[in-house]
Amino acid sequence: MSFFQMSTPVAARRLFLGRSGGLVLSGAAVALLAGNDALAAKAGGGKAADIQILNTAIGAELEAIAAYQLGAESKLLSKPVLDLALTFQGHHKEHVALLSGTVAKLGGKAVVAKAKYNFPVDQLKVELDVLKFAASLEQGAVSAYLGAVPLFGNRDLAKAAASILGDEAMHWAILRQAIGEVPVPSAFMS
Amino acid sequence: MPRRHLVSVALLALATIGPGMAAHAAPDAARGQQLYARCAACHALTFDRVGPRHCGLLGRRAGSVPGFDYSPAMKKSNIVWSAKTLDQFLTKPLAMVPGSSMTYAGVSEAGDRADLIAYLKSASSGTVCRLAP
Repeated sequence: MSFFQMSTPVAARRLFLGRSGGLVLSGAAVALLAGNDALAAKAGGGKAADIQILNTAIGAELEAIAAYQLGAESKLLSKPVLDLALTFQGHHKEHVALLSGTVAKLGGKAVVAKAKYNFPVDQLKVELDVLKFAASLEQGAVSAYLGAVPLFGNRDLAKAAASILGDEAMHWAILRQAIGEVPVPSAFMS
Repeated sequence: MPRRHLVSVALLALATIGPGMAAHAAPDAARGQQLYARCAACHALTFDRVGPRHCGLLGRRAGSVPGFDYSPAMKKSNIVWSAKTLDQFLTKPLAMVPGSSMTYAGVSEAGDRADLIAYLKSASSGTVCRLAP
């Protein structure tokens, strides 16, 4: 089936969440989203270190949001791809909201978006270039979360980060499919 | 061939080929370029992102890219990046520089680190970095 024959990402996501949303989010993520300060701020090893991990993740998420904005405003994207890009950008915004709220609950200060980001704009000539660029960012995000999960002192935060990792991996797989590559290239991520 | 002979041959092959090749394989910059995709959430060769640019990394003092907002820990680390220091850092970044913003568990395989470093070395002398502002 062609990527463009798939049901819309929004519809697919609604269906997915409707069927299994309660099981998808980790307990920590649910607690954080629900504003359960006691659980979110539960003492774990190295709160300052956890805040640093969260802030590095927020920095990357904010850059991803800016990158999708660049793609959306490029006028290079067809309607289905634009819808997809905006959906994924929305996920990254949700990640930032969750992570930033968690940093605040832990007593830290979340990083904010930079005034300007560097992107290889001169290399983005056609839709495929934008898709490949987005795929590279999502692949990097999967690796970054994979490298961050074992570092959290608070295991609930590790679980929440792992739930974000799963989302990033789905983005990467769909983007790979859109550019004509094998969507899931291997059994393990690295 | 008797079964015990087959087992002996297999064990001999494992003992002589497998570990030897793994230990002595030359660093592969092309494979390192593929592995570099892991770094793409935060790094690029020619411009700063969440992490600093990588062109010119080898030989550079840690925390010295002008305009990049390093962690205090990295600024004070007094590291000069070489194959040896990069290998140590990539193994466990936060063990070498506690407080670094590179909150990444590390690249556990020595061969992967060697290939990544070979790629960073070759990229710095390649066209992309030479043409970078």
